[in-house]
Amino acid sequence: MAKRPILGLFEDANYAAEAGDALQQADVSQDDYDFLTDAPYPEGAFGEREERHHLYWFPFVGALVGLTAGILMTSMTQLAYPLVQGGKPILSLPPMAVITYESTMLSAIIFTIIGIIFESRLPKAKMGLYDTRITEGYIGVLVNVDEAQLPQISTILTQAGAVDVVQESAA
Amino acid sequence: MQEGRVLPAREINRDLLRSIMTTPNWYWVTVALMAIIVIGAMSAAGLMINRGMGLTGLNRPVMWGFFIVNFVFWIGISHAGVMLSAILRLSKAEWRRPATRAAEVLTVFSLMTAVTMPLIHTGRPWRLVYWVYTLPFVPYDFARGIWPNVRSPLVWDPSAIFTYLTSSILFVMIALIPDMAVLRDRTTGIRHQAYSLMAMGWQGTTRQWKLQIIAGILLSALILPVFVSVHSIVSWDFGMAVSVKSWHSTIFAPYFVVGAVHSGVSAVVFVMILLRWIYGWENYIRHEHIDALGRLLIVVATGWFYFFVMEVIFGFYGREADEIAVRNFQFTQAPWNLWFIFFTGLTYFLPVTLWLFKWTRRNLWIMSVACISVNIGMWLERFLIIVPGLAQKQMFTFDWYTYAPSAVEITIIGGTFALVTLLMLLFSKVLPLIPLYDIKEGDILKTEIKIGRVTVPAVFRED
Repeated sequence: MAKRPILGLFEDANYAAEAGDALQQADVSQDDYDFLTDAPYPEGAFGEREERHHLYWFPFVGALVGLTAGILMTSMTQLAYPLVQGGKPILSLPPMAVITYESTMLSAIIFTIIGIIFESRLPKAKMGLYDTRITEGYIGVLVNVDEAQLPQISTILTQAGAVDVVQESAA
Repeated sequence: MQEGRVLPAREINRDLLRSIMTTPNWYWVTVALMAIIVIGAMSAAGLMINRGMGLTGLNRPVMWGFFIVNFVFWIGISHAGVMLSAILRLSKAEWRRPATRAAEVLTVFSLMTAVTMPLIHTGRPWRLVYWVYTLPFVPYDFARGIWPNVRSPLVWDPSAIFTYLTSSILFVMIALIPDMAVLRDRTTGIRHQAYSLMAMGWQGTTRQWKLQIIAGILLSALILPVFVSVHSIVSWDFGMAVSVKSWHSTIFAPYFVVGAVHSGVSAVVFVMILLRWIYGWENYIRHEHIDALGRLLIVVATGWFYFFVMEVIFGFYGREADEIAVRNFQFTQAPWNLWFIFFTGLTYFLPVTLWLFKWTRRNLWIMSVACISVNIGMWLERFLIIVPGLAQKQMFTFDWYTYAPSAVEITIIGGTFALVTLLMLLFSKVLPLIPLYDIKEGDILKTEIKIGRVTVPAVFRED
C-alpha cells in the first residue's frame, strides 16, 4: 500500500519532541517521520535519528580535480607558448603554485556547494506536504504512513499537542 | 552580550522582510539618484574609451592612478565579508548573526566593482571579449597560440579574484536558501514562483538544517585561505613588479591583508548602522553588536599600524636610493606630506581613539564618523603607495613626474561608490540583508542562568 503524508503543527518544541516519542511507541519507523522547522535546532532536540552524510568527501574530490586542472593548465599553457623570461625555466614552480592553489580552492568550493545541494536532497521538483506556518515558527512533524494508519497518526499528533493536523487533499 | 529580547518568528519575519515587502518613498529616490551617478560614470568611461587615455591624468611614468587605487580599495572592502562571516562563524561568536549577510553581500558587490576598474584602466575593455568569444568555443588569442603568461602577478590576480568572487557568490546563495523559503511562503504570483525556484523545494528538515550548518562551517574554512590569498596576490601586483623598486617590500602581503580587513570591517559597521537606521532594525543590530565590532577594530587597526610602521622603518633602514626618494616625497614634499598626515590620522589615530571608550563605541554617530574616517584613510594609503612609487621610479630626476587625476577619473571613481550603494539597495529589495534563520537560531539558543543572586543571559552552544 502506498504511503501517504500527514503533517502535525506544533507551537512548542517540547510537544514536537513528545510527538516523536509517541510515534516511536506506535512503531512508526524513524525513517518515516521528520521534523520541519524554520531555524536549526540543536542536534537531537526532537530525539530524531542521526543524519548520515558524505559531504566531507566533496571538497576532497573537488580539491584533487582542481589541483590536477591547475597543474595541467599552468604547465600546458607555458609549454604552448615557451617564452623565456630573465633566464627563468619555462616551467617555473612558484607562479604555477599560485594559480594551482586558486584552482584547487575554487574546485573544492564548487564541489562542496554541489555536495551540500545533493546531500540536502535538493532541488525538489515536488515539495510534498508542507504548511507555510512552519516559516512562522511552528514546528512540523511530517509522517509518511500507510493510508489505513492516518487516523491513528492524526490522533497521536493531536494528543501530543499539535495545534493543527494537515493531510493532502484528495485529488 | 545578550541585550536583546527573544522575538517570535512571525515578528522576525515581519521586521526583516520589511525592506522587501514594503517600499518607502525614499527608496526609489535614492535608487534613481545612485543610478544617475552610475550612468554619469559610465558615460565618462565611454568618453574616455572613445577619446583615449589622454583624458585621464595618467602620464609617463605614473601609468597607474586613481583606477588602480580604487581597484585595490574595493578589493580591500571585499575582505569584510569573509573576515566577519567566516572567522566569527568558525569561532562561534554569537554577535556575528546580524552582520554576516550584509558583510557577504558587500563582499560580492565590492569585488564586482573592483573588477571594473582594471578593465576601464586598460582603455580597451573590449579586448576582454577576445578572451571569451571569437571562434566557436575557442578564445581568439588562445586559438592563435597566445596564452596568458602565468609567471606574471597580473595573471595571478584575476585568477584569485575570480576564485574569491565565485566562492563568495556561492557562499551567499547557499546561506540564502532557507530565507528564500520564508519569502516563498509569504509572496504570491511571479515573486512566489521566483522565490520557489530559488528555494529549490526547501522544507527545513532536520537533514537540511544539519547540512546548512555544516555548509556554513565548511565553506568558511575553505574561503578563508582564498581570502588571505586574494589581497596577498593584489599586493604582489606591486611587490613583484620588476620596474618599481620602492614597491619591493616583503611585508606587503600581510600588510595589505590586514589593511583590507581594517577597511572592510569598518565599511560593514557603517553599512550596519545605516541598515539599522533606515529599516528600523534596532532589535537586531543592537549597540552590543556595534560595540563588539568596535573592539575588534581596535585589534585589527593596531595590527595594521604595526605592519605600516614596519614597512616604513625597513624602507629607511635599507637606505636604497629609490626607497629614500619615495619617502622623501611622502614625508617632506607638499602636498604629499599633508596627505600622509591625513592618512595616518584618519586611518589609525582618530578612529582608534574613538573606539577606546565604551560610550563612543555605543554612539552610532561617532562610530559612523570613525568608520568613514578609516575608509578615507585607507583609500589615501593605496594612493600614497602607488603614485609616489611610480612618480620617482626612474633613475634620473628629469624623468620624475607627478600625477593629478582628471575630472573623468574622479567621475568614474565617484560612480563606483554609487554602484555599490545601488547594488546593495537593489539586493535589499529582493532578499533579506539579515539572515532570518540565523537570528531565529540565536533566539532558540538563548536562555538565562542564575549565578548566585544574579540572573545572567546565556547562550547554548553546540560543539
